[in-house]
Amino acid sequence: MIKDIFLYHNLINELIKRDIKKKYRRSILGIIWSMLNPLFMMIITAMVFSHLFRFDIKNFALYLLTGQLIFTFYAEATNFAMSSILENGSLIKKVYIPKYLFPLSRVLSSGVNLCFTIPALFLIMLYTNQEIHFTIFLSIIPLILLLIFCLGIGLILATIAVYFRDVFHLYGVFLSALNYATPIFYPKEIVPASYQFIIKYNPLYYYLEAFRNIVYSNSIPSADIWIICIGLSITSLGLGLYVFLKKQNNFVLYI
Amino acid sequence: MDNIISVEHVKMKFNLMEEKVDTLKEYIVKLIKGNLLYNEFTALDDISFNVKKGEILGIVGFNGAGKSTLLKILAGVLKPTEGKVIIRGSIAPLIEVGAGFDPELTARENIYLNGAILGYKRDFIKKNFSKIISFAEIERFIDVPIKNFSSGMYARLGFAIATIVNPDILIVDEVLSVGDFKFQNKCEQRINEMIDNGTTVIIVSHDIGLIERICNRVLWLEHGKKKCIGNKDIVCKMYKSYGG
Repeated sequence: MIKDIFLYHNLINELIKRDIKKKYRRSILGIIWSMLNPLFMMIITAMVFSHLFRFDIKNFALYLLTGQLIFTFYAEATNFAMSSILENGSLIKKVYIPKYLFPLSRVLSSGVNLCFTIPALFLIMLYTNQEIHFTIFLSIIPLILLLIFCLGIGLILATIAVYFRDVFHLYGVFLSALNYATPIFYPKEIVPASYQFIIKYNPLYYYLEAFRNIVYSNSIPSADIWIICIGLSITSLGLGLYVFLKKQNNFVLYI
Repeated sequence: MDNIISVEHVKMKFNLMEEKVDTLKEYIVKLIKGNLLYNEFTALDDISFNVKKGEILGIVGFNGAGKSTLLKILAGVLKPTEGKVIIRGSIAPLIEVGAGFDPELTARENIYLNGAILGYKRDFIKKNFSKIISFAEIERFIDVPIKNFSSGMYARLGFAIATIVNPDILIVDEVLSVGDFKFQNKCEQRINEMIDNGTTVIIVSHDIGLIERICNRVLWLEHGKKKCIGNKDIVCKMYKSYGG
């Protein structure tokens, strides 16, 4: 499998390029939108929440942006990976290509998109006089772990989507629930004790916490958080590969 | 000993659901009602044959004989239910030219994408870019999105990309029936060139004249079974008298 990835690295490259090109086709600002989008979203949300609902959070803009970055990446990568097999159906029916390359390339393109939003993050950090330490480089680790987690989930969703198109609608609903179940724009302390379990069982929370610790609180995440993140990523990828590889030979018959 | 393709007792079964069940609700409703019918359909039954290096094998048969299914199994797109296929060498599938095209992208971008799908390196495509363009005769439309192409241009470009290499095995499925006769001649020429270079070709066509011209052995399929295989003159003669 590793050999395959090496063999097909050119194809992965081309698929990623296609995704990005298509996303910004015929737009004047093109790839800059990757940066402007989260920035505008953050400004709007920040305006709403600093006037309408006040949370006692210092540097709310950065708090919000870190949350949005993680959530948007997760939502985009998994959604995108989910439709990858169906959308490339005509190809899968005609030419032999290892099928996991499609969800993989989709998750990687979302990763590339995420990289383009990093300048927006830096801009906000500078603008809000956030202290920047060398530990900032560690922030790449939770992002990579999250990417692996997304790949696992994406493989599972892509498999289900081949058999049941309902999953597109269901997952949309699930994502909006997840949006509120993740402390993106609120401090997790405001969740009543009886509902804290929602956050506890939300995998995204741990990646967000690790990322936020490094970028926002200038601290190193605790060992617990690291272990949970790594464990979640491995479990997700293992499960995703198992489901996908077991079912992939039947895809041709359903798409 | 030098069998480049060995097909051993290949059987392909499809589950034809009465209606395609796509959504969870339908599935559950049908499951409860107990009419989730799986109609088994055997598309290929106990097919065995060998192809030697450099041979040109034609596959003939009426519609629904299982020709395309067999090609898809050879290309690795479908996994046979039973039996196995051993392939020793690289395969260029021309099952449907332009299968990997993205209509939103330009011809230039599609050449790189499609080349990558067929496993070419980027440098290789770059080197052969002008060759592809001139074979496809689309010099003026390199930066036009493919969705604006005519079907002839589409087919030409697909064929040009797929045949830029000299693969060990070339699989051709009715591609030559698209495009005008000028293009068809050009394609035939290119296939002949590849044959001269030692490529093994497997070709499916309803054009019995083409099969007679190009092939040296012919496999005749009927209702998923091997009717006969042998010298092209004998099999083609039988096939023609059978049909008419």
